[in-house]
Amino acid sequence: MTRPHRSHPLWYAFLLHRVSGLLLALYLPVHFLVLSMALTAPDSLDGFLHWTDQPLVKLAEFALVFLLAVHLFGGLRLLALEFLPWSPRQKTFAAGATALALLVSGTFLLNAV
Amino acid sequence: MDGQANTMAVSVWRGDAEGGAFQAFEVPLRESQTVLDVVTWIQQNADPTLAYRYACRVGMCGSCAMMVNGKPRWTCRTHIERALKDGGLEIAPLRNLPVIKDLATDMSAFFDKWIAAEGVFRPSKTRADPIEPVDPAGAMRIDASAAIECINCGICYAACDVVAANADYLGPAALNRAWSLLNDERDQGQEARLAAVSRRGGCHNCHSQQGCAQFCPKSLNPTASIAGLKRETAKNFLGRRR
Amino acid sequence: MLDLRLYMLQRLSALILAPLVLGHIAVMIYAVQDGLSAAEILGRTQGSWAWALFYGLFVLAVSVHAAIGLRVIVAETLKLRGLGLAAFTWLVFLGLLFLGARAVYAVTAA
Repeated sequence: MTRPHRSHPLWYAFLLHRVSGLLLALYLPVHFLVLSMALTAPDSLDGFLHWTDQPLVKLAEFALVFLLAVHLFGGLRLLALEFLPWSPRQKTFAAGATALALLVSGTFLLNAV
Repeated sequence: MDGQANTMAVSVWRGDAEGGAFQAFEVPLRESQTVLDVVTWIQQNADPTLAYRYACRVGMCGSCAMMVNGKPRWTCRTHIERALKDGGLEIAPLRNLPVIKDLATDMSAFFDKWIAAEGVFRPSKTRADPIEPVDPAGAMRIDASAAIECINCGICYAACDVVAANADYLGPAALNRAWSLLNDERDQGQEARLAAVSRRGGCHNCHSQQGCAQFCPKSLNPTASIAGLKRETAKNFLGRRR
Repeated sequence: MLDLRLYMLQRLSALILAPLVLGHIAVMIYAVQDGLSAAEILGRTQGSWAWALFYGLFVLAVSVHAAIGLRVIVAETLKLRGLGLAAFTWLVFLGLLFLGARAVYAVTAA
């Protein structure tokens, strides 16, 4: 599906960074509104937190933690690319950032179940 | 080799700035055939009205770049074995540039952006002054050496999604040129150059997708050069406000 | 879409966010262990100046970072430019800042 000029690992690293950033930005207002319930509707907050105990919701949380971690490590890769002396190992760094994000979010999932 | 017996299906984009469509040709397979050979065969044997651009045929002039099966390539140095997909070729004008006719694009914007990025040498001395020595092992000279030898083919410009999304973006080639001049000790226009690459459409729009480096036929790395510009402009920004 | 000023804001906010996000992930892994409850979360955060500062700074930095990030996406994919783009950026920034500040207040006020 991807257009031929885009089919290389660092373009996919860009795509992952952009999609994770977009989804996190869209999730933020929801996250903030739920936390505000501590003040406005404390009982509903506990009900909501109970709702998050469901396996499917835990899986969605795992996805969110992965998005956050991959945006963090991918972002650190970009900061290093821009502000540290150039390294030719860009693909290794991109793969490493993704692997690290999987490790971190996997740890979250194992602790959540 | 029984080259005459075998043919390949070649799809060539025909049209102008208004629009167009792909036209199918059957082209004989030959030994050591380049994509430019294929286009030339069509123009000489099938349709003399086909417009395309080339000059040196040996990878020096940078005028024959086209999209080959969706990837920007220098057609004179691209053997068809490397580019064939399912035994066929799709040849289109270079991406991100307006088409004049068929495979020939208008590269004005590409070159105008070199000037806009201050990709012009601003000498600090006149011809009356003695020649300024540049240490070949100096850090700046090493950075400059990594960024020179660009042949202005426009392949990085065609590979870049930021150019596609933002018509004002100066693009990899112009910014790479600005970086090579920023590392020229004989140049005195650095302040204006840093300002030129810091405006809207400047180096800070680069997303480091690195398609430019992926496809550059001279193995240059414009992303690394643009990272250098980001670093220098950031230093300048923080320094000025301290 | 991005000039030097916005670029610096984006990278500086990223530098501030990096350690905060690492801390946030660590807290999440720790807190999720025996399920989430309002009492547990609020017991940790209510009346704590340290958490208020941590998440206050987080909200400020993430509002800047997300506003500029969305600005680039909107400009590149929807071709929004000029005043509309500036208005969009400010709207995202102020909206997130308001919602985020309210959330931090809700969980840290004693």
